[in-house]
Amino acid sequence: MTTDLTRATAAELADLLGAGSVSSREVTRALLDRTAAVDGAVHSYLHVDEAGALAAADAADRARAAGEPLHALAGVPVAVKDVMATRGLPTTCGSRILQGWVPPYDATLVRRLREAHLPLLGKTNMDEFAMGSSTEHSAYGPSRNPWDLERIPGGSGGGSSSAVASFQAPLAIGTDTGGSIRQPAAVTGTVGAKPTYGGVSRYGLVALASSLDQAGPCSRTVLDSALLHEVIGGHDPLDSTSVDAPVPPVVEAARRADVAGLRIGIVRELTGEGFQPGVQARFDEAVQHLVDAGAEVVEVSCPSFTYALAAYYLILPSEASSNLARFDAMRYGLRVTPEGVAAPSAEQVMAATRDAGFGDEVKRRIILGTYALSSGYYDAYYGSAQKVRRLIADDFDRAFEAADVLVSPTAPTTAFRLGDKLEDPMAMYLNDIATIPANLAGIPGLSVPSGLADEDGLPAGFQVLAPAMADDRLYAVGAALEARLTAAWGGPLLDRAPDLSEVTR
Amino acid sequence: MADLTRDDVAHLAGLARIDLSDAELDRMVGELGVILEAVATVQQAPITDVEPMSHPMPIVNVTRPDVVRDCLTPQEALAGAPESEQQRFSVPRILDEE
Repeated sequence: MTTDLTRATAAELADLLGAGSVSSREVTRALLDRTAAVDGAVHSYLHVDEAGALAAADAADRARAAGEPLHALAGVPVAVKDVMATRGLPTTCGSRILQGWVPPYDATLVRRLREAHLPLLGKTNMDEFAMGSSTEHSAYGPSRNPWDLERIPGGSGGGSSSAVASFQAPLAIGTDTGGSIRQPAAVTGTVGAKPTYGGVSRYGLVALASSLDQAGPCSRTVLDSALLHEVIGGHDPLDSTSVDAPVPPVVEAARRADVAGLRIGIVRELTGEGFQPGVQARFDEAVQHLVDAGAEVVEVSCPSFTYALAAYYLILPSEASSNLARFDAMRYGLRVTPEGVAAPSAEQVMAATRDAGFGDEVKRRIILGTYALSSGYYDAYYGSAQKVRRLIADDFDRAFEAADVLVSPTAPTTAFRLGDKLEDPMAMYLNDIATIPANLAGIPGLSVPSGLADEDGLPAGFQVLAPAMADDRLYAVGAALEARLTAAWGGPLLDRAPDLSEVTR
Repeated sequence: MADLTRDDVAHLAGLARIDLSDAELDRMVGELGVILEAVATVQQAPITDVEPMSHPMPIVNVTRPDVVRDCLTPQEALAGAPESEQQRFSVPRILDEE
């Protein structure tokens, strides 16, 4: 057999496994070997679980041999962002404060992956507690973009995006609080979807901002993301914000890829000025492809989006400052005793531990959130941000009266160089300008590759947004665009990425 | 908008239980000033009489039947503890000495 198992899509692997022409152990072994060869250079993983992945692969093979009813993805390996609790596997959230922590329980989505017999390859790198757009805020060093190892793979889920883009995993789990699935997908030429808020359980997802966080799939094709979405989605009684409704028909939508008569709304505020010319050019072409496929284009205006970034950077730090109060050095994680203090109090130990255990960005946001919530400033900051959030949700409601889906470039630029924005927090925050509104309103979004920007030859992303619980529309549009662009390119975009075997030693 | 002073940041760090060093305080005053100026633009949005939105969906309380179910063993719950004693989390003193 000539198929390179590391380059096969998850759907292709599912077919091979189902036909019995390859075993899950062979697939898992091939991916682990790929990681051994390239991850020294890419640094997608914080932890690789070779033994556990192979044992799960064998179990998948046995279940299939025994004729058990299985999900199509049974036996297809997956990488999991290090923000999801995994029983028996380290879970650090990219932070020193959780170095070496091994959760005694599985997140619901991890349990679903295990029950569906998807071998867990390992835990992927991320900005500390998912705060960042580049993975440079990971306490364990940044991940790198397989298209150019001197550039960022996006963030916070740059470990997952780079693992998928460098053929170390066909599938990965990400989490998206302001764009952390979609922006990494855009800058690595991969696919990522943020489901409707509540569409995937948050139980066992270490909370950054509880009203914004949502886990979702990362992959190289739209259909693969839909298949993974189907496995992890659905109601969970352990998450009080979980939506009690069936998973939208995402796989069917991805397979049909039908956009005939669909009204595509271009958001005026999320195009043009501020977007790199090559990113904008690929976006304009993508829209034309959808028109050729039978979609109608309308222009919509969402004037409140101008304030979305500001509202987000008040709401997120406020929620984060509260959520991260749990890292108190008492029940799990790091405990640091202050120097030169005889018999320190619990409070002093907590303060010393949090200074030693948290990185700069986490400290900045906790302090900003503490300020925004403090008496005397609450109304001016957090209160105003919550009102802006309402305006943004109202803008979406109006836009979805005129259009079935909304589209924009996913990120304003292609991947920037490591270090370029590290000293300027506001410049880093601007990466999320097009992705943040969806999180504030709780609606689903997907990023699909739109091509390479002319000025730098790096990938750009096309974002699709849909009303809450209409996630299937994302996959219909994404798959229709993917089919046309892949045909125009003569093959998948990632075929043009550098072969990393040359840079590894 | 009130400008944040170094003392303000030190006070906030205390509330947030982060023992910032002098160098960290110096750096953070400037950085937070820039961020605050940017986020303060929410006050210029047309928000008069707008109902605040704290969550993307209506929140309802969720209950479950009051029946015993599987939970962590004491060993599992204590497995990540920095220190434990007699099946309990062991913590530094929580009261002042006087």
